[in-house]
Amino acid sequence: MTTRIDARFAELAKEGRSALVTFLMAGDPDPATSLNIIKALPRAGADIIEIGMPFTDPMADGPSIQAAGLRALKGGMTLRKTLEMVRGFRNEDNATPLVLMGYYNPIYIYGVDKFLIDAKTAGVDGLIIVDLPPEEDDELCIPALKAGLNFIRLATPTTDDKRLPAVLANTSGFVYYVSITGITGAAAADSKVAGDAVARIKRHTKLPVCVGFGIRTPQAARAIAEKANGAVVGTALVDALRDSLDTKGQATTKTVAAVADLVASLAQGVRGAKQAAE
Amino acid sequence: MNPSLPNSFRTGPDERGHFGNFGGRFVAETLMPLILDLEKAYAAAKADPAFQTEMNGYLKDYVGRPSPLYFAERLTEHLGGAKIYLKREELNHTGSHKVNNVLGQIMVARRMGKKRIIAETGAGQHGVATATLCARFGLECVVYMGAVDVARQAPNVFRMEMLGAKVVPVQSGTRTLKDAMNEALRDWVTNVHNTFYCIGTVAGPHPYPMMVRDFQLVIGEETRKQMQEAEGRLPDSLVACIGGGSNAMGLFHPFLDDPSVEIFGVEAAGHGLTQLHAASIAGGRPGVLHGNRTYLLMDDDGQIQDAHSISAGLDYPGIGPEHSWLHQTGRVTYLSATDDEALAAFMLLSRLEGIPPALESAHAIAKVTELAPKRPKDHLMVVNLSGRGDKDIPQITEILKGKKQ
Ligand SMILES: Cc1ncc(COP(=O)(O)O)c(C=O)c1O
Repeated sequence: MTTRIDARFAELAKEGRSALVTFLMAGDPDPATSLNIIKALPRAGADIIEIGMPFTDPMADGPSIQAAGLRALKGGMTLRKTLEMVRGFRNEDNATPLVLMGYYNPIYIYGVDKFLIDAKTAGVDGLIIVDLPPEEDDELCIPALKAGLNFIRLATPTTDDKRLPAVLANTSGFVYYVSITGITGAAAADSKVAGDAVARIKRHTKLPVCVGFGIRTPQAARAIAEKANGAVVGTALVDALRDSLDTKGQATTKTVAAVADLVASLAQGVRGAKQAAE
Repeated sequence: MNPSLPNSFRTGPDERGHFGNFGGRFVAETLMPLILDLEKAYAAAKADPAFQTEMNGYLKDYVGRPSPLYFAERLTEHLGGAKIYLKREELNHTGSHKVNNVLGQIMVARRMGKKRIIAETGAGQHGVATATLCARFGLECVVYMGAVDVARQAPNVFRMEMLGAKVVPVQSGTRTLKDAMNEALRDWVTNVHNTFYCIGTVAGPHPYPMMVRDFQLVIGEETRKQMQEAEGRLPDSLVACIGGGSNAMGLFHPFLDDPSVEIFGVEAAGHGLTQLHAASIAGGRPGVLHGNRTYLLMDDDGQIQDAHSISAGLDYPGIGPEHSWLHQTGRVTYLSATDDEALAAFMLLSRLEGIPPALESAHAIAKVTELAPKRPKDHLMVVNLSGRGDKDIPQITEILKGKKQ
């Protein structure tokens, strides 16, 4: 079975370039603006879209993404509404891969089986669940694979060669390499070190490897795009969104453009990469 | 008897850290290798007689164990029922049971060669115990504490700083214990290579709930022996307060397979169970947070709700996974006490026995005042006095001033 994610990486391989993967929080700062932002992303140059599912206690996220989640929750966002948003996006775009990223508890409470059916019908392609390591694969990973969704795993600097096979075993779509030990929005990734790590992972898998955490600028995105199959940018976009809000934290006429403009320049960076990774 | 009940309540968790359907290892990949290392290091320590001997030495001469089992004569008389014994964990060095666990974890950290220790704290008792042992063993210590708790437990903040620890006030989320734990986890993910996370209760990912419980078992094991010496038999009931549930688990666990012993855990009912509270079993349902599946306070979308308790140490929207399982199997009965009931119990024990309990422990005393009068005079009831009330005196003074106005 191929998903939109597989198809997109196959197209990019033909074009000989890497992917720009963007992350924003669903419902930030309100559901309507958030949907408009997501709709603007493919036109601006995003190849794969990650949408955060807001959670009160995002243990692996730094202050920017924590605040984005709280803004969304304050604006009334729920997992149900996140899936509605995906449907709204799919009405217009049936090609761009959509990945939901977040923490397990909201899905567990929604009900795993019901969630997988609803997510698949809404047009979700993959899941990244930060607090579900391979040791807990029975919870959601295996059922998700059966339901036809990709389960994208994080590999980190602490995932050594001995552990990598376990991490990769049920991973599909792509591998998300977290380039630093730390939370989102922290230190910048060193593209040389990240490149070595990507090469190490590629010795174990044929899946595309994307790199994220700490990529903020077109230059940094370009440097990573030369070493990996994709560069993931999250905090920088969330910060651009936040900076466009008014003093009460409400969206302004500048909000959608603020995010789209940064995505466009990041896309230029990625497309300017000398050569993409194999 | 329920046919699905286990032969023993003392064999958990399984190798994946599950107590029934509770527990587990719900953590970010960055932490997973470290948690597996810790599991190995702890298993090796547990099997090493030298580790136990060294622990016992410090427990005796540094912590001051065994802690007495004291017959509370005037409280017993006042309530007119069961004979009440206090397990005096508040007499330990640093003023609570928390030190039993911290000593064990610091010794494991030393075996693992870790030089930097982080901890979360609510009431500050776990932070104080961690700062104390880091001073003793020359380790760097960083304690995360919700900004709300920094304000209401000021004496413990001074004490940690005096001991050389860095106290970081946590401004995120609800600015209490849950957020302190989030922030400690964020630090750990960032500094995995040199840092040991010393968790203060029977929560977190496996092996923490098991390891912390094991280090607290000394409470129940001593109680068993001391009651045998005092009365020549087992106690009839046990009562302990529950934040995450470590002092309770330490007292309860050695008695779980003695069916004659009634066991009561007391959660914090805050302003009352229909309002803001911290009673996750009474008012929550199973979910996943901080590395394990357990009872949690949350809304219909799976978002964690604010807990409230007068006591910073109980102000947490979850409970250790083994307690969730003991609740589900019915072996332990979980009750709850409100802020006002705890305050009244604080006063009662201070006036009758000259022992101001920690506000946490006062929740257990509050339920003793309901349970004891309904039981016969030959009923032996043990309540865990998990900590001393000194740290709460400024907060209680403020509250009493407010009530007079
Ligand atoms: C004196 C005292 N008792 C009880 C607790 C609650 O923790 P636990 O339920 O793990 O014993 C605390 C926590 O700070 C405490 O300081």
